[in-house]
Amino acid sequence: MGAALPARQREVAQALRAFLPARAVLYEEEDTRPYECDGLTAYRQLPMVVALPETEEQVQRVLKTCSSMKIPVVPRGAGTGLSGGALPPGDGVLLSMAKFMRVLRIDPQSRVAVVQPGVRNAAISDIAAPFGLYYAPDPSSQIACTIGGNVSENSGGVHCLKYGLTVHNVLRMRGYTAAGEPLEVGCEAPDAPGYDLLALAIGSEGMLMVVTEVTVKLLPKPQNARVIMASFDDVERAGQAVADIIAAGIIPAGLEMMDRPATHAVEQFVGAGYDLAAAAILLCESDGSAEEVDEEVGRMKAVLERSGATRMTVSRDEAERLKFWSGRKAAFPAMGRISPDYYCMDGTIPRKRLGEVLNFIAAMEKKYALRCPNVFHAGDGNLHPLILFDANNAGELHRTEQFAAEVLEKCIAVGGTITGEHGVGVEKINQMCAQFGAGELEIFLGIKRAFDAAGLLNPGKAVPTLARCGEYRGFRVGGGKPAHSELPRF
Amino acid sequence: MSLQALQDRIREAAGRGTALRLRGGGSKDFYGNAPRGEILDTRAYAGVVAYEPTELVVTARCGTSLLELEETLREKGQFLPFEPPHFGAAATVGGCVAAGLSGPRRAASGAVRDFLLGTKLIDGRGNVLVFGGQVMKNVAGYDVSRLLAGSLGTLGLIAEASIKVLPRPPAEATLQLRMTEERALEALNRWAGQPLPVSASAWHDGELGMRLSGSEAGVRAAAAKIGGEAVPEAQAAAFWQGVREQSAPFFAGEEPLWRLAVPPATPPLRLPGRQMIEWGGGLRWLKSGADGQAIREAAQRARGHATLFRVDRRSGEAFSPLDPLQMRLHRELKAAFDPAGILNPGRLYVQL
Repeated sequence: MGAALPARQREVAQALRAFLPARAVLYEEEDTRPYECDGLTAYRQLPMVVALPETEEQVQRVLKTCSSMKIPVVPRGAGTGLSGGALPPGDGVLLSMAKFMRVLRIDPQSRVAVVQPGVRNAAISDIAAPFGLYYAPDPSSQIACTIGGNVSENSGGVHCLKYGLTVHNVLRMRGYTAAGEPLEVGCEAPDAPGYDLLALAIGSEGMLMVVTEVTVKLLPKPQNARVIMASFDDVERAGQAVADIIAAGIIPAGLEMMDRPATHAVEQFVGAGYDLAAAAILLCESDGSAEEVDEEVGRMKAVLERSGATRMTVSRDEAERLKFWSGRKAAFPAMGRISPDYYCMDGTIPRKRLGEVLNFIAAMEKKYALRCPNVFHAGDGNLHPLILFDANNAGELHRTEQFAAEVLEKCIAVGGTITGEHGVGVEKINQMCAQFGAGELEIFLGIKRAFDAAGLLNPGKAVPTLARCGEYRGFRVGGGKPAHSELPRF
Repeated sequence: MSLQALQDRIREAAGRGTALRLRGGGSKDFYGNAPRGEILDTRAYAGVVAYEPTELVVTARCGTSLLELEETLREKGQFLPFEPPHFGAAATVGGCVAAGLSGPRRAASGAVRDFLLGTKLIDGRGNVLVFGGQVMKNVAGYDVSRLLAGSLGTLGLIAEASIKVLPRPPAEATLQLRMTEERALEALNRWAGQPLPVSASAWHDGELGMRLSGSEAGVRAAAAKIGGEAVPEAQAAAFWQGVREQSAPFFAGEEPLWRLAVPPATPPLRLPGRQMIEWGGGLRWLKSGADGQAIREAAQRARGHATLFRVDRRSGEAFSPLDPLQMRLHRELKAAFDPAGILNPGRLYVQL
């Protein structure tokens, strides 16, 4: 260990080296640099030390060591998160769970898989496929993101209207509290006794426990699926069509909307065959047996037609269905092709307020002179406006953040929420002060204390302190303060 | 009754350190450990606050009659997908959420907590708090709403709940098959691994009832695949009602009623007494006077848990014991919500 290292860093690395091999404790800048940010690259921080344990016992010892040394710990999965939930602690240990890649058990009869947290989301479905089963939640990052990250964020995807979020598809988790005590939440039987600690831990953004094992529910793979691509010459009319489908008693397997700027961006990127003349398109999927799909597609087409669809194309085969979805799933990277940087928002609104919110976003585009294509999990009201900017242009990142803050507060004002599936992380910590009052925040802090009295697990994320909110509310009068002014900006 | 009146009552009780027994229609008084404390009747705080069928969400106050809520949904062709048991005409929405009990559709659709989107809670300090909302996806803050489902009022008074609802399936059919317990468990788990629209199952004494719900075409195709005898509609409705509300003959008799939750593919438990199996094998009702410890151990061996659901004279805990760390977390959570420990003390666990 280099003599030039600051004393605290050397001390922590040495303590971890007592039970971790040399390759599993990183502290030189060239080694820790890859961990400086997650999918939200605007926030970066070099971790003091990175630990890469391989066994549960090692995870426990990392936690116990850090707990006794009062060192913050931030767990990390694949680092695809979009809210900075895995932003490292400059004065602590980044705990990478990347080596927990084993599938421990697949039980086709009980339809569960027991996996380690570093197993990728899509890999679970791949392994279950020979049994005709799959894991339902499918975030767009599913080829890269891991189940450990999914349970931390309660990830969604494009099929959650019908099949639910992560919280609906996980039965049990095992792991450790911040102090290294072994904790199991949920169970493979229905309705575990006592409080639903599983529901509390899922989506807790790594604040309550470090997960080392996850039991997920596997569902039978629908035999068939077809998707309708429907064009509309007006965004609000497309929004109304979504309500009409649900009013007709149909719950589509997927129901997505993209506006014209979004379809144009992805069409250049993947050639999904979208109607570029449409003001908005809907992707409306039906799945089930051949008979069920035929019946439902017929009903959906009839509704869409009545709702003013100007064009409809039904996928003829699996290849075409996947092609239609490829555009939607590639929406974020596609923005990276047409703009040096983009900033993805994640508000959820009651669907009936869609027109109002889209008009508001259009007004914000003018106000801040920034473009903002929209992709929208229309079925569940989850918006992903993507603000395009260039961080090299002075002030654009700041304008982007103000733009985003206004949109999120609009989401709250119409009865929605600041985050549907990406999490609060560091990114939306200030907006938490707008979403919740002191009473709710005190309960959140009380929950945190129950699991992590010393506040060492992922500190500063997800739940703001009351003092921070007081400060934020004060600043807002004067007009906006960056979420983490102490961090270097990129 | 106003929200303020409920708050005042809780504040005042907290100040005096007086235990409060939160109670709606009292239809689930039998459930959990024996209730104690001064009754705080929630029935006067009633009414559907918001319901827009196309948003798939209904928001109702705690005292709202569960029957009336279901009727409101039925008028719009929708329903509560977790099919909560009422256990009496007086059942309320608040009690439904606090008890966290789900009915026959649980294995297919999910539990109460899966459909709970948001709550307005009065905590043990008398503060009104709002968690979650009316939208399908919401990851801002810890998911306190789902934590409240099944908390039996020990964390606060659930003053208002926003619940996701779904359209009623257009077609439904019930089939009856003669099967031994082993064969029924095998078949239930095999079918559950196939894309069949099974919405409920109940096995008792060699007879397996299967309910299919979905599109006309889907139900017809699945019925052909499963086989058995079609049960006429009215008879089928009465059968499932009997299972859901425990009015079926199986539930009669003096012996205690145990609720064993196990992984669905668990082989027959072979415990003394009579048994009804629901939820594709995941729920085993047992009418048995056998030793409670033995029953709990059998459930635990199967990686499940057992609840003493109904009993004439309660002694000991209703629910399976927690490990020491889980209990510590429960106590600290309880203290975070209800520092004076006045809300339904002991109802869930004696130490809470």
